[in-house]
Amino acid sequence: MSAKPKVAFFSFTGCEGCQLAVLELEPVLLDILGAVDIVSFREAMTEHSEDYEIAFVEGSISTPHDVEEVQHIRQRAGLVVAIGACACSGGLNALKNRRGMDDVLQTVYGSSGSWFETIPARPVSAVVPVDLELPGCPMDGNEFVWAVKSLLRGEMPKLPQIPVCVECRLKGNVCVLAHKGKHCQGPITIAGCGAICPSHGGHCVGCRGYLAHPERDAHMEILQEHGLTVDEVRAQYSLFNTYSEMAREAAS
Amino acid sequence: MASVSVNVHNITRVEGHGNIVLNVRDGTIEELRLEITESPRFYEAMLVGRNWDEAQEISCRICGICSTGHSTASLRAMEAALGVTPSEQTVLLRKLALHGEHNQSHVLHVLFLVAPDLLGAPSVVPLASTHRPVIEMALRLKRLANDHIALVTGRHIHGVNLKVNGFHSLPKEKALAALRERLVASRDDIQATIELVASLKLPDFERAGEYVANSRADEYAFYDGTITSFRPLQCDHCGHTLKEGYREEYPIERYRDIARETVVKHSHAKHTASVHGSYAVGALARVNINYDLLHPAAKQAAEALGFRAPCMNPFMNNVAQLIEVVHCTEDSIAIIDKLLERGIQQEDTSVEVRAGRGAAAVEVPRGILFHEYEVDDDGKIVAANLIIPTGQNLNNIEHDMRALVPQILTLSHDEIRLMLEMLVRAYDPCISCATHLLDVRFVG
Repeated sequence: MSAKPKVAFFSFTGCEGCQLAVLELEPVLLDILGAVDIVSFREAMTEHSEDYEIAFVEGSISTPHDVEEVQHIRQRAGLVVAIGACACSGGLNALKNRRGMDDVLQTVYGSSGSWFETIPARPVSAVVPVDLELPGCPMDGNEFVWAVKSLLRGEMPKLPQIPVCVECRLKGNVCVLAHKGKHCQGPITIAGCGAICPSHGGHCVGCRGYLAHPERDAHMEILQEHGLTVDEVRAQYSLFNTYSEMAREAAS
Repeated sequence: MASVSVNVHNITRVEGHGNIVLNVRDGTIEELRLEITESPRFYEAMLVGRNWDEAQEISCRICGICSTGHSTASLRAMEAALGVTPSEQTVLLRKLALHGEHNQSHVLHVLFLVAPDLLGAPSVVPLASTHRPVIEMALRLKRLANDHIALVTGRHIHGVNLKVNGFHSLPKEKALAALRERLVASRDDIQATIELVASLKLPDFERAGEYVANSRADEYAFYDGTITSFRPLQCDHCGHTLKEGYREEYPIERYRDIARETVVKHSHAKHTASVHGSYAVGALARVNINYDLLHPAAKQAAEALGFRAPCMNPFMNNVAQLIEVVHCTEDSIAIIDKLLERGIQQEDTSVEVRAGRGAAAVEVPRGILFHEYEVDDDGKIVAANLIIPTGQNLNNIEHDMRALVPQILTLSHDEIRLMLEMLVRAYDPCISCATHLLDVRFVG
């Protein structure tokens, strides 16, 4: 990698909150601008160049045009980094996937549905190879800075495969799953957020995606003990992780 | 006669994807479109069938910038559907969070996205070396606004603290007092921003039109109010905008009468029109409708910035945003004083689920936002409708462009392109939000 690598930001289907999370790294933003050469960032810049080494990609892929564009980006970039839940796992956008696309279009646009195109929402990795995923809704700004620092040193950052519960217990929170009867997804979700939702009195919604080998049966059992039906548990798993859940259902 | 062809693919420094297409032949506009190409989001497919207590969690993800505004509208609409009245403390804290979001969004827009146009730079990046103090000041104001939102909502993007009828956890009084001190200290930076913007020249362009915003008799309305339409009159002789005009009020139940939606082929976001045609929402609409209720310091800022209400120059939306930053900062200080005087109390936030339907209108940075939900006996969402500020502005932006183009045909190609981009940017469009595309199906 060059001393001051050229980086570009791209966004597909999503809220642009992850790009905003970059703009909102105020204390270190000027340092980042000193360490890399941002050549494309449409939300913040008019300048644009097709010459870049690292592409940060936000959003799900949900139109034929998205597919073409992300393939073009993959061809040009040395490294493709998916940022945020939409890009890493399909995120909330995949909630529409359980319905037929014609049905979705017709419901929203009525008789004008045929004017527009949509395909089931998918993560970037379902279309092109991805070198690194920084999950979360939104992506965690500190994790982004940590990853950029690693990449600048020529190292590929590796996210630890530990559940949110580890961070939650380290914070000394009372377990919302065991003691407050809430349907928390912390035990099966990848840590890295500092267990922000349970720390504020809420519960983990699984926005960072699930561990490679989650203790799913045990988790399902606990939730059922708390009175949730299998369908209700599935509905919880399908909030941010519909894409992987549907893939799992199809495989089994 | 001039012939011009402009095709701006992917307008930059706006949130989301949009194109401008203009074709003028012999001085006549043959084609003029603001194309919205952002991928459709289909949020209704995400909301229908989900639980009542997930509506905010899901709908706040429509927009990274106005996440708190979507949360507020969602919570208020769901509370209306369930017949829940939140406490005074809850309302005060939500108003405080909303002020933080207005400051955050307006500072981002004026100092990061618009200032480069006025200072002759393609983006904020080169300004980091040529105008370092300005950028450092902008970063300070942004950081304060982010911390302001996060103190109440738990996180400045997609807050984790908000829920129907209250909060998961409440801010500490000490932290509120610390935020108050920082808000007071930020007055110097805001003053410097006002002086900077006052020294910059905004395009001189006016078009008579309709403005829509919430209004209240007792305060400058953001959190709630009555939907209000205002059409200023213009003097028959000199064409000057008069202070007087037509004012109409709509109760929330009639929001579909003002925001009448249609699908247009060139935009993934639906257009809206009132009975009078296209209308504008946002900071300019709010200041025009509610000027008298601005904080005195905000009125002083308006005078310093040469803003006279009602103002029909859409480019002045940027100035109106800055006026609101002053108001939101001063009102946040007042809200914190009230909260500290009352003391932060733990409250009962339980909710009794029942079938119902409810709507709410909240002023978010880009204008009036409508959320409406219908839930069944089990609290499952059976219908949802959201009408987004940017969607409401698109039709008006096209009308502005039609009026502006004949006045600027003598300019160079690049100048026309820049002017049209600046006009779109002045509305601070949030295109991801506008293409959320929700369904409008209600039973009964």
